[in-house]
Amino acid sequence: MSDRVPLSDHASTIKPPVGLLAELTHRCPLQCLYCSNPLELERSSAELPTELWLDIFRQAAELGVLQIHLSGGEPTARKDIVELVEGAARAGLYTNLITAGVTLTSERVRALAKAGLDHVQISLQDTTEGGTEIVSKFRGGLERKVAAAKAVREAGLALTINAPVHRLNLARLPEMIEFALTLGADRLEVAHVQYLGWALRNREVLMPTRHQVEQSIATVDAARVRLRGTLAIDFVAPDYYAIQPKPCMGGWGRRFMVVTPSGMILPCHGAQGIPNLNFQSARDCTLQDAWFYGSAFQAFRGTAWMKEPCRSCPQREIDFGGCRCQALALTGDATNADPVCALSEGRAQITEFLAREPDEQHDSKHHRGW
Amino acid sequence: MDDHMHRLPDVGIDSRPALRSRAKLRHDQVRGRWVILAPERILTPNEQAVDVLHLCDGRRSVAEIAEQLAEIYDADADTIIADIIPVLQGLADAGVLRT
Repeated sequence: MSDRVPLSDHASTIKPPVGLLAELTHRCPLQCLYCSNPLELERSSAELPTELWLDIFRQAAELGVLQIHLSGGEPTARKDIVELVEGAARAGLYTNLITAGVTLTSERVRALAKAGLDHVQISLQDTTEGGTEIVSKFRGGLERKVAAAKAVREAGLALTINAPVHRLNLARLPEMIEFALTLGADRLEVAHVQYLGWALRNREVLMPTRHQVEQSIATVDAARVRLRGTLAIDFVAPDYYAIQPKPCMGGWGRRFMVVTPSGMILPCHGAQGIPNLNFQSARDCTLQDAWFYGSAFQAFRGTAWMKEPCRSCPQREIDFGGCRCQALALTGDATNADPVCALSEGRAQITEFLAREPDEQHDSKHHRGW
Repeated sequence: MDDHMHRLPDVGIDSRPALRSRAKLRHDQVRGRWVILAPERILTPNEQAVDVLHLCDGRRSVAEIAEQLAEIYDADADTIIADIIPVLQGLADAGVLRT
């Protein structure tokens, strides 16, 4: 497949992206068991220089991107983070910083706020130091996160607490809600881990039981009623326990694009794991060119690529066949239906996995790393 | 820090609404429309809602906003109040407007 393919007849129907996920670096002080970075992490020596990121932000705004998510790794590991935030804000983008919060000083937070940052999302691994360390291998992280969250609120920035949940921390979901409330967060995201990449490696350790999943839904439902108008809670259900797949990325090449630390322009952060896709680099290609003409963006855009049962499914414009990376990881073919779908052939292995006797003693953890 | 106290979410004629600090009203040049940008969400208010939002500064009451719109539209203020309260309530419920 070539890098650039001519547009199909449906070219005029391609809408510009609304969001850009800028993975500024893969460096991170944490080594979480479910890290969403690829198994092959990019080295700091390959990272894009400041000027190129600033140009990417301008290109993104011109293309139609409204919100930028400055992520990583740990985005504040970049020495030029204040300059990058300033550039994103100057380009007119609503600027989100997605951080672990363990290296975020109040001085840095004030500088970021002054630079035009709109919103900070701080991850929460657990509400105990012990639990935080088990997931991240970082000691004393919780205390640092609390300090960072306070600094964010003192600087007048919007704050979201993002709590990935799984078997090891679900018992403390009520405490996580209290944590977000106490820190004055605007939003709490309770997101069941997506079992891809590092999380798939750790699936045996992290997969919750059905009872835990049901309890988490009930806890969130009750908290939403109790905290209406005070704390908004977003909930991401675990797709293994669902019968329909998630519309991954809101549909491939439909709403979001990703730029990796080294400048690869991707339709989703896991796309490089899919064989036979060719990606372009922001070092020598514009975002616009990649979005409208790049072969990788067209590969799974819309519904023409689908096989059955997706092709004739009434849900095909709603879930877009689910996650390509999950289809590849579990069925060996990225063009198959997402195997969490009850209509897919792959569903049997999900059902089988969930029906196994969970190994509570299982202790083999794979922390992210180079 | 004003956004974070418990609040009554109901909009009335004495409410003095304003966009919350986390929400930004911007003109989307590429799509030729106004948008409200907030954490992980994008709202697309209609033209009438945009006119109202431009007057929501936290100082004007809903009644005062309606009076100004009545002049602009050459319409009855009471009718406008009845029109804009549900719009403002919707934005408050969506978490982007404080009242």
